[in-house]
Amino acid sequence: MPAHDVLIIGAGLAGQRAALAAAQGGASVAIVSKVHPVRSHSVAAAGGINAAISVDDDWHSHAYDTVKGSDFLGDQDAIEIMCSEAPAEVMHLEHIGVTFHRNEQGLLDLRAFGGASMKRTAYVADITGQAILHVLYEQLMRHHEMVERFEEWFVTSLLRDEQGRCCGVIARDVRSGRMEVFHAKNVILASGGAGQVYSPTTNALIVTGDGIAQAYRIGAPLMDMEMVQYHPTTLVENGLLITEGARGEGAVLLNSEGERFMERYAPNKLDLASRDVVSRAEQTEILEGRGVGANKDGIYLDITKVPRKRTLEALREIVNIGKDFAGVDITREPIMIRPGQHYIMGGVKTDVNGATPIEGLYAAGEVACVSVHGGNRLGANSLLDTLIFGRRAGEHAAARALSMPMPTAVNGQLNDDVAAIDAILARERSGRRISEIKRELGETMNQYVAVYRDQEGLEQALGVVKRLQEESQHAYIDDHGTVFNQDVLGALELGYMLDCAEATVVAAIERKESRGAQFRTDFPERNDEEWLKHIDISLGVDGGTSGPQISYSPVTITQWQPEERKY
Amino acid sequence: MAETHRPPEQFKLRMRRYDPESGEAPYWDEHTIELEPHRSVLEGILQAKARFDGSIGIRCSCRAAICGSCGVRINGEPGLACHTHLDHARASAKDGVIEIEPMGNMPVIKDLIVDMDAVHWKKIQRVTPWLLAKQPVPEREYVVAKDAMVDVTQSMACIQCGACVSDCLAMEVDPGFIGPAALAKAYRFVGDPRDDRQRERLVDLSEDPQGIFDCTHCFKCVEACPKDVNPMGQIMRLRRIAISDQHIVDANNGERHEAALTTLVRDYGLLHEAELVPRSYGGNSWFGKFHPAAGMELLSLLPTAIKAIARGKIGIKLALFGHKIPAADLQAVKRIYQTVEGRSERYELNLYISGEDEDERTPVGVAAGGTDGGEDPAVAGEGSAS
Repeated sequence: MPAHDVLIIGAGLAGQRAALAAAQGGASVAIVSKVHPVRSHSVAAAGGINAAISVDDDWHSHAYDTVKGSDFLGDQDAIEIMCSEAPAEVMHLEHIGVTFHRNEQGLLDLRAFGGASMKRTAYVADITGQAILHVLYEQLMRHHEMVERFEEWFVTSLLRDEQGRCCGVIARDVRSGRMEVFHAKNVILASGGAGQVYSPTTNALIVTGDGIAQAYRIGAPLMDMEMVQYHPTTLVENGLLITEGARGEGAVLLNSEGERFMERYAPNKLDLASRDVVSRAEQTEILEGRGVGANKDGIYLDITKVPRKRTLEALREIVNIGKDFAGVDITREPIMIRPGQHYIMGGVKTDVNGATPIEGLYAAGEVACVSVHGGNRLGANSLLDTLIFGRRAGEHAAARALSMPMPTAVNGQLNDDVAAIDAILARERSGRRISEIKRELGETMNQYVAVYRDQEGLEQALGVVKRLQEESQHAYIDDHGTVFNQDVLGALELGYMLDCAEATVVAAIERKESRGAQFRTDFPERNDEEWLKHIDISLGVDGGTSGPQISYSPVTITQWQPEERKY
Repeated sequence: MAETHRPPEQFKLRMRRYDPESGEAPYWDEHTIELEPHRSVLEGILQAKARFDGSIGIRCSCRAAICGSCGVRINGEPGLACHTHLDHARASAKDGVIEIEPMGNMPVIKDLIVDMDAVHWKKIQRVTPWLLAKQPVPEREYVVAKDAMVDVTQSMACIQCGACVSDCLAMEVDPGFIGPAALAKAYRFVGDPRDDRQRERLVDLSEDPQGIFDCTHCFKCVEACPKDVNPMGQIMRLRRIAISDQHIVDANNGERHEAALTTLVRDYGLLHEAELVPRSYGGNSWFGKFHPAAGMELLSLLPTAIKAIARGKIGIKLALFGHKIPAADLQAVKRIYQTVEGRSERYELNLYISGEDEDERTPVGVAAGGTDGGEDPAVAGEGSAS
């Protein structure tokens, strides 16, 4: 039975960074991932990572851009920490081998990105997430004696002791079906977001909100769940991401009249305004009849303005995506895009060290809400977020572990999980199929909980979510084997997705204002007097029988008072 | 032009299934799915999984050819399921049914899921796949030439999907061959100016009998790679750096083989096959054949040589004197050598870096495997004739 000082769930950027930091802090470390670490969704992050490393730059400027980008919902102490520690982290990455692009002087090249007042995004072509993830994994291979890896193990629940503290996990070895108890003094959740709740989404099939739901189920509060980012440039074809880096290199957005419409919505930053502003602009153009494509539901992204050689060098991935998935040569013609679900600013509430209110449970990366992104995340700040808070959570958890005994888990939790899986396997073939429920959930969320929302639509969505939660209890599966049973894992994931969806809709209904990514047509103004605060959703001590409980927590303001947000 | 949307069609998928718990042999399983023709084979498989049989096992995640999970063989060719259009797959299918099997060279766990740890990742770990940085580490970034970083980005673009490993012909015959993925990864460090152990890495990979000289230069990995990493090209670059820059003369006769081949082509205009083996073993001169090592190798090849002569594949005259080409042509060949060897620096044409300047050139994606596809004839072609 494995037992470690620090156990990390999820091996994306945040998880791997936490593992390396905890190991360097002298702790015994295990990292558990339901896929091979390099398949984690961090690998798809494209454009770059922000840091004020240029001698002409100042981290305060980066911090202000982030605060403004968050529509003043971000906690400024956390933002200050992230932006001030960013340059050192980027240099650390470079030293361990990340192949950041260089400028003519051989120093790190920086590109422009959304919402930034100057160029401060370091990048590797348009595969920055992949490059960093693979380099971190190289380090894990190198230090394999310091970090024990459990690859293709699926965590089914978080372990608790008598006092309700987190002391490990129950996990299933996907290859053999064996269920195992993992003891740990500290657990770091780094399991990513919940994009698959929406359809379409840029997110991979594995992004099903597992950690968010599991933390929620043991009583951790979820914060800012209504803040769901719609990325402005996702392929109309299939929802895949076209990186913001394209606009950073000079690409522009055009409507059916060939107009660069961002001139009207954001006269200063134009196509590089913050993502919520651009998505709303696009959605408005589409709703007002100036969309392109057969269904007039797209917008043109014109990359032909960028010199061809530069596109092939720095935007290679989207050349391939354009060719392979849309039949378009982006160096010669515009590509059709539209806003698509991409990121969840909300998540498990943590402090600046990644600690959640549940003792022994930490969280870092997209699964967490510190909050550095508030109501809207700036491009290239997520890669930064994962690494800074991954590192901090790892260090803090390691330090805490060194001065405490191994807690004792409550008996029977393993049996509960085994029984739950057996129950799924035993379901009769009378309910709906999981794929059907998932599809209805995705379409409902994309219709009512998207760029523009209102009370009626949100209540409708909530009704659908509750019905689907009921139906999911009877959704049957085909695979009754133990080796690589992806079917039963899909049933578990569906449950997690529905929990995340419920929290999102409840929070969206609660926030009666428009801020950041939440825009309510029935409350279109930002209302700092009443709503400059976070919305927290928890299940309450009665194990959730009375449904989600709503509470509020204040926004930490250090230097920057809320002001009107114009781009 | 952007693809016009065709309505959904029916496609037949034939998948190779294997249930390790059943005790039975692998079998074929057919399903008919309905999707628009430009959608991917992966979407087809997932529809079959959702509608008909949830027990179909396939690794998949991003659907965007970036995570590397869904490596499979489609109609016998390795690639990513998410990256292959249904209509293209059907067009290349032998009976109109799209055949999907697990990747090769790796043990099958279940259905389309293979054990990559057993083969792929073992080989990756073999090449010390982490930066051994030059000391002292600077306070800020290492200063590195722009082009050098773009150069290794080609190898960094590898998503570890295993498609190249799946169909590597050398690995099929010699499972211990380090292989295309791992050697491409090795180049990522050898070519990185910040790495401190270029020579040690190259000595290691040259002296290993299953290292860089075990590649048979067959291009399978170049075709297989969905990311234009061009693994074979990386292996050839490792050879060039090992031989020309580090002057490594390996015990596998790799260096001697390359030297022999280039010398023979220069002197005869065409490869003098009968000279190639003795020179590879005994040294790059006419007297090489008298070296004991050459003698032993020639002796062991005698049965093959006799068969070849008996079947008319080689004549005694050709064996003794080599091919004869017109004098003007031989002069042209020698001029090529003079031009290339006269350069002060080795010119590594890499389309990944230089990109396309003129509109007349074919788009990058079509010249799959960049380097060799667009090679300038003036550049000396290396490679073994084995």
